[in-house]
Amino acid sequence: MSRIASTFTRLKDQGRKALIPFVTAGDPRPDVTLPLMHALVSAGADIIELGMPFSDPMADGPAIQLANERALEAGMTLRKTLDVVKVFRETNTETPVVLMGYLNPVEWMGYDTFIDTASKSGVDGLLLVDMPPEEGEQLVPKLRAAELDLIYLVTPTTTEERFDAICKQSTGWIYYVSLKGITGANTLNVDDVAKRVERIGQHTDLPICVGFGIKDGETAANVSRVSDGVIVGSALVRIVEELQSASAVEISSQVSKLLGDMRTAMDRA
Amino acid sequence: MTTKITDYHAYPDARGHFGPYGGRFASETLMDALEELSAMYKRMKDDPDFRREFDEDLAHYVGRPSPLYFARRLSKNWGGADVYLKREDLNHTGAHKINNTIGQALLAKHGGKPRVIAETGAGQHGVASATVAARLGLKCVVYMGAEDVERQKLNVYRMRLLGAEVVPVTSGSKTLKDAMNEAMRDWVTNIDDTYYIIGTAAGPDPYPTLVRDFNSVIGREARRQMLEQAGELPDALVACVGGGSNAIGLFWEFLNDESVQIYGVEAAGRGLNGNEHAAPLTKGRPGVLHGNRTYIMANEDGQIMGTHSVSAGLDYPGVGPEHAWLKDSGRAQYVAATDDEALDAFRELTRTEGIMPALESSHAIAYAKKLAKEMGPGKRIVVNLSGRGDKDVHTIAAIDGLSV
Repeated sequence: MSRIASTFTRLKDQGRKALIPFVTAGDPRPDVTLPLMHALVSAGADIIELGMPFSDPMADGPAIQLANERALEAGMTLRKTLDVVKVFRETNTETPVVLMGYLNPVEWMGYDTFIDTASKSGVDGLLLVDMPPEEGEQLVPKLRAAELDLIYLVTPTTTEERFDAICKQSTGWIYYVSLKGITGANTLNVDDVAKRVERIGQHTDLPICVGFGIKDGETAANVSRVSDGVIVGSALVRIVEELQSASAVEISSQVSKLLGDMRTAMDRA
Repeated sequence: MTTKITDYHAYPDARGHFGPYGGRFASETLMDALEELSAMYKRMKDDPDFRREFDEDLAHYVGRPSPLYFARRLSKNWGGADVYLKREDLNHTGAHKINNTIGQALLAKHGGKPRVIAETGAGQHGVASATVAARLGLKCVVYMGAEDVERQKLNVYRMRLLGAEVVPVTSGSKTLKDAMNEAMRDWVTNIDDTYYIIGTAAGPDPYPTLVRDFNSVIGREARRQMLEQAGELPDALVACVGGGSNAIGLFWEFLNDESVQIYGVEAAGRGLNGNEHAAPLTKGRPGVLHGNRTYIMANEDGQIMGTHSVSAGLDYPGVGPEHAWLKDSGRAQYVAATDDEALDAFRELTRTEGIMPALESSHAIAYAKKLAKEMGPGKRIVVNLSGRGDKDVHTIAAIDGLSV
């Protein structure tokens, strides 16, 4: 069983929901990422989504755009991102790590090199914002062969006809985007989310986790009640932005504080 | 890779692919909207009412057909092939861009979208979008890199006079590619009531096809006009390539005419050695940007690079996927002209024929000069004069050390 699947099985047995923080690798500096990842786990993260910085993050709002710019400015690269995961794995063999980002850097490195390096570094899955199932012909079989999970987004505009195609190609979990729009936007409507999650659930046995618009413990708790987990990104990245000149310890501690609040609220829910 | 292709008009395939290029590399929120747009366009493009509406707008609003002008003095000065200029600069709003915005605005109207958005570099596509929006009573928002807003003040004010909101984009390199990112973000957020008018033959399927089809009137007219004037097809076509909409518009009708040589001219900026150019077909390699696979300029980590060209309209790190395909298949040749060559061509055409070309189109003129000499007398070259140079007068003056 993959690290992601066994994480969801364990959570189910414990009657808990997944808390999945997103941070951009190399933000605000490459040396912050490793201690930050460990801190996220200590604060209650079940899975880590690590953003692969890209110069043109078309689906992201201002908070994550700036995170990408800071990381690239500080010299972060895809290779260094993979290196961070490799070092993280030396002391943590349990927490799944999913790389999230855009296709071009992966394509530029070459699918084979990327997959080989990612597997050896202990990466568990991949989420590529601009590679819908229709365009996965070349990459998907290679990911399958390497047993790397491929997570797809489902959005409020995804038609029922597309559910099947997406669910069939997805492994790991289904990422439900709670809002029309970019990351870090508006506030979500829990009732709408609940309805959509239920509909998607009719097409798949995979866990369904919800992201976009989760800013605090209360929203995290409410959303986790109607899904299998929550993904929180922009709210954490904004803290990194505020503390960009601070030490890795300070950044980790403040990010952990918000994540810890979410964990507590979710476990009480 | 050179495959023998029998019908260049058979592309893209049903999924929007030109060989390995094109496609729909878009975020999930956009997928249904793209599918809907694709389906609507397939219905409309052969609908006689839609065709008539489009053709009438081109005739009475844009002022088509645009002339095919034999540049007698220029040809004589160059002492080689006869050079004909396809006068897209004479269109309403001063460039070929209006052909596409007319077509896409009709799609927005028929799709019931009250709001249109556009990205713009030099401002020509923004002005063309604001123009059609004003005429159809649509709300219009134009995204423009903060640097370009500064460089192209006149066009910014034109758009505002036309009732459009111009939003300066401060992310990334603050130029055209970032404006396109921001327009995508707007579209994702306002997908229910908004139509995105992409200005070049790039972006996710079906945009490269839409933009090509709406601009292909250029080549259809040029082919007919050449046959009328000379009784024969031209020997070569030359057009500048940024995203490549004017070029594909000229080339398309001639793709299956094997005797016609086709040249796309990219911006070599300050030279092709180094990074101060905007020539992805000449110096880049295939990757994925703005929804399609195509040739792009990126660093060793796959991060999109900043580009340079004296002409803002060519200052883009990607290119339409059909050009990538025409390059690989060998049907078209892609070459480049430097800033200096383009500036010389601007002055030469202005002084010789009394026609002031846009700096974008000046790249095509610059290459045509070399080609005309190479091909020699008795041959005929059609150059797409894609836009007029009024918008560039400030740039030229600044280069001359003057402020006007």
